[in-house]
Amino acid sequence: MSLDTVLTPPSPNLPAPDRSVLFRRLVFAAIGLAIVVPVVLLMRWDWLPDYLELFAQGIWTSIWLTLVSAGVGLMLAIPIGLVQVTGPAPLALVAKGFCTVIRGTPLLLQMWLLYYGLGSLFPEIPWIRESFAWEILRQAWPYALLSLTLSYAGYEGEVMRGAFASVPRGELEAGRAFGMSPFTLLRRIWLPRALFQALPTLAGETVLQLKSTPLVATITVIDVYAVASRIRQDTYVVYEPLLLIAVLYMIMTLILVRAFAWLEARVPVKRG
Amino acid sequence: MSKARILAALGLATAMMLGVGSANAASVKLGVAAEPYPPFSVKDAAGKWTGWEMEIGLAVCKAAKLECEFKEVAWDGIIASLNSKKIDVIWSSMSITPERKKSIDFTDKYYNTPANVIGVKAQAMTASGEGLKGKIVGVQVSTIHQRYAEKYFKPHAKEIKVYQTQDEANQDLAAGRVDALLADSITLDDFLKTDPGKCCDVKGSVKDDPEILGAGVGGGVRKKDGDLKAKLNAGIAAVRASGEYDTITKKYFSFDIYGPK
Amino acid sequence: MDEILALLALEPPGWGGNLLRGLVSSLEIAFGAYFLGLVIGIGGACGKLWGGETTKAVLDLYTTIVRAVPELVLILILYFAGTDLINLILDYFGREPIDISGLVAGIAVLGVVQGAYSTEVVRGAIQTIPAGQIEAARAYGMSPWLRLRRIILPAMLPFAIPGLGNLWLNATKDTAILAVVGFAELTLETRQAAGSTKRYFLFYIAAGLLYLMVTLVSTYVIGRIEARVRRGLPRHG
Repeated sequence: MSLDTVLTPPSPNLPAPDRSVLFRRLVFAAIGLAIVVPVVLLMRWDWLPDYLELFAQGIWTSIWLTLVSAGVGLMLAIPIGLVQVTGPAPLALVAKGFCTVIRGTPLLLQMWLLYYGLGSLFPEIPWIRESFAWEILRQAWPYALLSLTLSYAGYEGEVMRGAFASVPRGELEAGRAFGMSPFTLLRRIWLPRALFQALPTLAGETVLQLKSTPLVATITVIDVYAVASRIRQDTYVVYEPLLLIAVLYMIMTLILVRAFAWLEARVPVKRG
Repeated sequence: MSKARILAALGLATAMMLGVGSANAASVKLGVAAEPYPPFSVKDAAGKWTGWEMEIGLAVCKAAKLECEFKEVAWDGIIASLNSKKIDVIWSSMSITPERKKSIDFTDKYYNTPANVIGVKAQAMTASGEGLKGKIVGVQVSTIHQRYAEKYFKPHAKEIKVYQTQDEANQDLAAGRVDALLADSITLDDFLKTDPGKCCDVKGSVKDDPEILGAGVGGGVRKKDGDLKAKLNAGIAAVRASGEYDTITKKYFSFDIYGPK
Repeated sequence: MDEILALLALEPPGWGGNLLRGLVSSLEIAFGAYFLGLVIGIGGACGKLWGGETTKAVLDLYTTIVRAVPELVLILILYFAGTDLINLILDYFGREPIDISGLVAGIAVLGVVQGAYSTEVVRGAIQTIPAGQIEAARAYGMSPWLRLRRIILPAMLPFAIPGLGNLWLNATKDTAILAVVGFAELTLETRQAAGSTKRYFLFYIAAGLLYLMVTLVSTYVIGRIEARVRRGLPRHG
């Protein structure tokens, strides 16, 4: 998704709130109360105690899927971004093609292709069921994790390409002048600078990654969204579980944003 | 972009929102789950809904002098779609159960067939909790079969896997990701006849539990729509009496799927 | 190969026709949602920049919620609650409930989501306009509406195009999520075709190519538009 959709992380040292901020918070609180009070009083919440355990498991699934796919996705995104800047040309072309395909098709479709598309080929390869990987292949989460990871790698590959390209040439030349080997140069200067450049974008993209995780429910993985669906199906209560998970996602987003803000504050800032 | 072009674009958007919204307001919308559920409801390659249930639906509407159209909605949430008036009738192989009757009303039944367990040929199993010990059983979400499996199979089975559509559950049985399925016997028979269905065979029918499995399939209607319900009931009775029901049924099945009277 | 072509043929028994109908639905929704989002975005950006404190607070709440809650959850909430609410209001005034088609509901829901992102893109673009230009317009005695139309919107366009272009690409892909609520757009049509023929791999690949085509054509057109609106601007900042 776009670079412009980044949720602006709050700056680490906020100035004391001025009057307009105070006013805005009051309005927020008023709107919040106007929503929360009727929601709690008028809606049905009696199902909640029965599903607490399932919710805890669902939240955990959503979180680890987000973090692991973003972590591994970033590992993949770094070489994908790098070869597009350094070449060789055939590899750069492959990397660019990968990014285009991932960014050009809906994640939902990619997920279904991996899960149901690949699954439909299994009957034609009987030995696959005897293989040691079968216990993993027959479960759903590997496909969810794989499609989320590839998606993150595709979007971030593009981001990293931009970040690598934007590191000033002078810094790289200075490194070379110090006699750094290409690998040391990458490890000590190029990669850290590029990652720092990309950090605000990565923050926004990781939030988007969290927002993409409910799609895994369509391939039978039980994340927090699937729990809400489950409650709707069991009790015919439609809105309450959805509102609850909306709030849960907002809290998870807030934590992610804060974590990235903390990370950014730890990186020594010395620009220009 | 020129001003005229922006205005034209906005006008187009508005027209789309208003114009399309008011079309076909008069006809009764029969909601069908947007998934292939052969031989009851399938979308053909021309984009038209066909199948036994579709033909019966149109015959019932005709007998009841109602103008009907099919509207596809997601099975998961089909009751919410009915209650929020996106559709007027659920005509999608929904069994009449006491649980669902708390939220919606039903017409009289229009068919009733048993629930079967099918499974991988090479594996021995029976259609009971003990008979499925250690197996992974697939069911479609929000169905009587899901409820049944959760109650009777879950204590013994390794896992109950829940699918959005029956087709996806079938697909995962063929892929080997589940060992067995519990679903309507007729749609499962249809699947067993296909190429991927060759993996598997029928393991038996489950013991009845009317509280969960219900009393046959009926059209779901909103509780306030007593009038529509009466008309549809009259329509179902009329196609049963006129023999049209049997004519349509013979096109699809070699036996009567109406079940015990 | 012949079999594949037969399955994808446009005329029945080929399923290509269904896929193309799905593609048209997807594009209709994407267009509608995008323009609705743009209207919301321009209004929202103006509200955030020049509105009163309450307006700003409400808009902040709107963009924050939409950007933190997954589209799938928002769509389900708005899809069911939205129509319920409209019918409740109509009922209150003693009117008949209206039939809200899947198309309109889809456009409205995705439009509201798009609107939040558009708001931020447009606001960011307006902020890059040199303040002097807007002040000059005010000095000429232009009304706020005229100022928006003659100065602000044209001046911000070059800065907004990349962001708005991305939003368009998102709009085309986000329509796939409507498959989950049973709307017959491209992804759902694909699943139906795949399920009916049991050729899952083939149809998902075919749909992927259709989406990819839309993206590539869009990217090309956006590039042309960008080059056009940027003419006369200095190359670098």
